Amino acid sequence: MAPSEAVTEIVVGEFASLSGATASFGQSSHKGTAMAVDEINAAGGVLGKKMRLVSEDDQSKPGEAATVVRKLISRERIVALLGEVASSRSLEAAPICQQAGIPMISPASTNPKVTEVGDFVFRVCFIDPFQGTVLSKFALSKNWKRVAILTDVKQDYSVGLSQFFKAHLSVNGGTVVSEQSYSSGDKDFKAQLTAIKGTTPDVILASGYYTESGLIALQARELQIAAPLIGGDGWDSPSLVEVGGKAVEGSFFSNHFSVEDPAPAIQTFLKKFNDKYHEQPDAMAALGYDSAMILADAIKRAGTTEGPKLRDALAATKDFSAVTGKITLNPQRNADKSAVMLEVRNGQFKYVETVAP
Amino acid sequence: MGSRNSLLLCVLVFAVVSALFTGHPEAAWPLAQIDDYLLNILIMAGINVILAVSLNIVSGHTGQFSLGHAGFMAVGAYGSAAVTQIGGKPILNALSFLGGAAPICMFVLSLLVGGLLAALAGFAVGLPSLRLKGDYLAIVTLGFGEIIRVVIQNTEAVGGARGLTGIPAFTTLGWTWGLAAFCIYCVSALIRSTYGRGFLAVRDDEIAAEAMGVNTTKYKVTAFVVGSFFAGLAGALYAHLIGYITPEGFSFLKSVDVVVMVILGGMGSTLGVTVAAILLTALNELLRQAEQYRMVAFALLLIVLMIARPQGLLGGIDRWLQARRNRS
Repeated sequence: MAPSEAVTEIVVGEFASLSGATASFGQSSHKGTAMAVDEINAAGGVLGKKMRLVSEDDQSKPGEAATVVRKLISRERIVALLGEVASSRSLEAAPICQQAGIPMISPASTNPKVTEVGDFVFRVCFIDPFQGTVLSKFALSKNWKRVAILTDVKQDYSVGLSQFFKAHLSVNGGTVVSEQSYSSGDKDFKAQLTAIKGTTPDVILASGYYTESGLIALQARELQIAAPLIGGDGWDSPSLVEVGGKAVEGSFFSNHFSVEDPAPAIQTFLKKFNDKYHEQPDAMAALGYDSAMILADAIKRAGTTEGPKLRDALAATKDFSAVTGKITLNPQRNADKSAVMLEVRNGQFKYVETVAP
Repeated sequence: MGSRNSLLLCVLVFAVVSALFTGHPEAAWPLAQIDDYLLNILIMAGINVILAVSLNIVSGHTGQFSLGHAGFMAVGAYGSAAVTQIGGKPILNALSFLGGAAPICMFVLSLLVGGLLAALAGFAVGLPSLRLKGDYLAIVTLGFGEIIRVVIQNTEAVGGARGLTGIPAFTTLGWTWGLAAFCIYCVSALIRSTYGRGFLAVRDDEIAAEAMGVNTTKYKVTAFVVGSFFAGLAGALYAHLIGYITPEGFSFLKSVDVVVMVILGGMGSTLGVTVAAILLTALNELLRQAEQYRMVAFALLLIVLMIARPQGLLGGIDRWLQARRNRS
């Protein structure tokens, strides 16, 4: 190691699924993170030093995440780690960071267990129980009391979302009339939907990702099921409309932010992202951006990059104005912030309302 | 290969792995100076060696093409994690009379449970399916591997699709390579025994073997059970290395990874698949610089190797060594 006074840069690690099954999420969050680091450096860096982002690809593969994170920590000597979108891979990295005393910020892992690993693990997104509650509250506010649930049993995210939705709904006056399941990659949902049709639900919760949810909407309309569909942030992709077409019109889903939100923070972010990558950012990009910004803010406040001090500064993050809302990190190291409900209208995701925590 | 030689081979393998990585300034000999990343790779290499050598009993020595190895690895991983994670506290209390050795004893117990459960699964899968041959068997083992995974995915007691977290990190370099050496030794010794001759007879000509009075089903099932046992051990080591397991980690693709190691190393050559397992683990890391072209480079290397050496890297080397020994 070079003597500390010679260190002119702050090395920040990032691991993301740049290839493999969830590459679109990984690519998005990586773009957001990289843009944030460029911005921080253009503004003079932090503590008078440039931030250097070292990214590693975990190929969306279990087992790989643990390896690349160990590499970042022991070879690149990173001071903090940003990543991952998928909870399963964040859960591999978290114990390693905890043991090494390196603060880790996950942009979009919503499984509650991630930050339960230890006091060095943070996240800038809301968690599954909150999103489940938001969706349940929304359904009840629309007076949709009879709900059918379709869960993707292959995705931990979908299983969790359905579980927490059901928990909130059933104690607040709603009933789950049918619970059906499928596995990612399925193409035919007619059997499940026929069973659902028989129970005449007011609304159908499709808690999985966009591809299957689009197909579910399509086939529900074919079976003359008129009930609207609702879903979580896993729907956030243009593919939802490409797959579902007219069938997803009038469906609602919860998300981290809306590109339609007139808030200046969001509009500036949109413009900058568009200028840099010539495309519209999605929630993963915004969360990736926020994770890097929160880290830079904490390093500034800590005045150092030493693990324990940086951890304390991160834990003290309060009312930080991020793209995805005002972020306060609570004692469980999760972000307390609002969610937005979006409606699919004319193939666009229209902002409906903001739901406070 | 003589069993004394195979023990020697184990030691040699260990030395070569360590030496391979000493090029990096931070990872000079002795082993104590190896950093966390390198340690992780060395352990992964050891786990892959166990997987490849154990699949080699089934595919290489006995000639039964199996695509369900990851399924047995999953049984071992979940079985052992059930002992240390779910049953951790009561078992530790029950073992408290052992004092400081209690955690290690629990780990040994979990390894045994993982291995034996996997062996049991191997028996249950093997008995009906090993009456099939070739492609049919491949499909059936593929199916069973997936069934095991889907059952775990839908079992809430072990975390279901969300996976099992908080598995204690017991796996060390010593345990992994110790067990890898044990695995190599067992397989080498087994192949030299009456059973091993039976395996080879089944592989070379099943009809002829049957005509000579060899109970082919029995030998096939035996090979399957032994292979599954070691796959279970590898799974247990993996679970206690990463600390978090999810059914997705034991998909069909993982089975294919192991099959590639066996084919690349040379079907039926213990030395060959050992080298291939280490090489492929190392290659995966060395190609990291290539980033998104990594998988392309990886695939190209496989194609070139298969054209240049269809029998595998070291296919037939065991026989060559044997012949040389006989001459001298």
